[in-house]
Amino acid sequence: MTILPDQTRPPAPSRPALKALNDARVRSAVIQALTLLAVFVGLWWIVSNTVANLAVRNMSAGFGFLDVSAGFGIGFTIIPYQEGDTYLRVFFVGIANTLLVAIVSIVLATVFGLIVGLARLSDNWIIGVVARSYIEIIRNTPLLLQIIAWYFGVFNLLPRPRDSIELGAGFVLNNRGFYLPAPVAEAGLGAFLLLCGAAVAGAVGLYLWSNRRLEKTGQSFPALRVGAALVIGVPALAYLALAPVSWDMPELQGFNFQGGTSVPPAFCALIVALSAYTSCFIAEIVRSGIQSVPKGQLEAAGALNLPPNWTLRRVVMPQAMRVIIPPLISQYLNVTKNSSLAIAIGFPDLVSVWMNTSLNQSGRAIPIVAMTMAFYCTVSLAVSAVMNVYNKRVQLQER
Amino acid sequence: MKKTILTGALLGAAAALPAAAQDTLATVKERGMLNCQVGLPTPGFYALADDGTWSGMDVDMCRAVSAAIFGDPDMVEYQSVTSAVRFTALANAESDMLSRTTTWTAVRDTQLGLDFTLVNFYDGQGFLVPVDSGITSALDLDGATVCVLTGTTTELNLADYFRANEMEFTPVTNENVNVLVETYLGGGCDAYTNDKSGLAARRSAFPDPEAHVILPETVSKEPLGPVVRQGDDAWANIVRWVGFGLINAEELGVTSENVAEMAANPPSPNVARLLGAEGNIGEEMGLEPDFMVDVISAVGNYGEMYERHIETGIGIPRAGSLNAMWTEGGILYAPPFR
Repeated sequence: MTILPDQTRPPAPSRPALKALNDARVRSAVIQALTLLAVFVGLWWIVSNTVANLAVRNMSAGFGFLDVSAGFGIGFTIIPYQEGDTYLRVFFVGIANTLLVAIVSIVLATVFGLIVGLARLSDNWIIGVVARSYIEIIRNTPLLLQIIAWYFGVFNLLPRPRDSIELGAGFVLNNRGFYLPAPVAEAGLGAFLLLCGAAVAGAVGLYLWSNRRLEKTGQSFPALRVGAALVIGVPALAYLALAPVSWDMPELQGFNFQGGTSVPPAFCALIVALSAYTSCFIAEIVRSGIQSVPKGQLEAAGALNLPPNWTLRRVVMPQAMRVIIPPLISQYLNVTKNSSLAIAIGFPDLVSVWMNTSLNQSGRAIPIVAMTMAFYCTVSLAVSAVMNVYNKRVQLQER
Repeated sequence: MKKTILTGALLGAAAALPAAAQDTLATVKERGMLNCQVGLPTPGFYALADDGTWSGMDVDMCRAVSAAIFGDPDMVEYQSVTSAVRFTALANAESDMLSRTTTWTAVRDTQLGLDFTLVNFYDGQGFLVPVDSGITSALDLDGATVCVLTGTTTELNLADYFRANEMEFTPVTNENVNVLVETYLGGGCDAYTNDKSGLAARRSAFPDPEAHVILPETVSKEPLGPVVRQGDDAWANIVRWVGFGLINAEELGVTSENVAEMAANPPSPNVARLLGAEGNIGEEMGLEPDFMVDVISAVGNYGEMYERHIETGIGIPRAGSLNAMWTEGGILYAPPFR
């Protein structure tokens, strides 16, 4: 192959434009600017095209409807809402309900997943098989099916209010929901909360102090047990001494139980189905995390004669967490997003009251869908940001 | 390279911007099918038989339009859509028309890009309760749990009614009417609310219809009728005048049985114009001059449709109701066909 001398010659220095073009930095800046421009033109095109097409179809656009009274009732709200409130309020009601479902399900799924995951590793054959069957049955059927089954198969078949199942202490279950006593603040509440806060702070301080002492002197202190005693004992004593709250009991009146607080059957069905489904995945994540710890580590701990709970807490879990956290993050995100299946059983979460009811009543599809997407995106990114910070802390510190 | 992409994008934008002027009639003729949207199966209005055929008052409206266009009432593709997404399906041109107990309201007519063509059923919202609940009036419902279809005017009227009477209620909502009815029958709510015709229709399909009663109060006015997309007036005219034609046919005594004879031998100028023997109403609409002959042969006149599907179908008597002809004490009144 012949290389022509003309083509290999560097460009003449007297032509600055050409020189700039051959400069890698200038070239990449130009390409980036063009890409950015293309993105903006694309966005502008989408927006203007949408506006133009809505106008052609005589459909109203924009966010002006947010101030308009929504006019429909919502069956379950945790922030105050009345039929005359605005669409914006409906949006917040939906967000609050979605977050409530997500948080409750995440907590229950984590606790339950941890238990099942450990049971799966149990040396006891029956416990192992039960845990395994639970996981394989629940995670291999569609979540939507489970939600509907729990709703129609269980919670909708509970007795009517007059024949409610009384669980004692003011807890009542019927086909209109789950009723529980509601706390009402009394005079001693401030002092009570202060004491509880002090107990928690004391327990945390004690734990940190005992850790430092352990590292420095090698002497151990039963910080967990003492801490637990503090956190449980102080509030219990304070509750008895101060009587900080009284309880508003649900009572049968007219159609249904009045007073206390309650959640609808759809909420119960959703929480049970979501936590059971997610707990299976979390159980498998926990199992894989624990099994990823090399056997040598356990043998070393045994050789040092560490007590079994120390082995689990100080040797196995810290290493297992490195494997557990990243997939756990995506399970938490999944719970949040899966909560939108609530619409199938009519629980008023964000998708149900906002993207379905409000969209229909106002007809503003585009702003409503955009706001819903923005919410889910924000929540998912926030959850993953928090979990990533935690993940960084438990990862191997390389020196 | 960059330049071509950008140019392409801009060209695409220019091409996508102007939504071509709609000509629904031409589209339907070219397709050879009328995309007519109905709701989830409901006795009397849009019932689905085991063999997959649709029938009912609103289904007959679809068949009438199909007969007007093609001369054949069966050139219809029925689209069964939940009420929550009905307007979206119409707006994006999946459906050519809606014929599904949809209430005419100001917001829908002016803000959603819809055009209501006529009222072919006057309804009002009521409550269905179990007889053994002992409830005899809607005013007894303070504190009740009420099942209601989401995305409907019913949902708004329900809230208004309770607010106006200073009563409390808990809504149980769903977009699927079958889920709601199951919840109601399972005792998940104290009352089920809907348009009274809809309540009667549902009750007729209950295992034990006598165990449920519709309360006497009518809490809203619900003028129901076919809906088309806004912006194609010629198409709206076709649907509107097929509907008015059916009502006029009853007024003039034209039935599915005597229509052929009357077309051949019109007893009056009004009948002659309706059946296309005189005037050019059909041609000006882009249809055959005698399109109403095809329509009436296929589905009968309004009275026959009502009798077939509503009176014998779900047991709502017509005499004395708003849906009686204006000459018989009702408010059903169509502008003259001339």
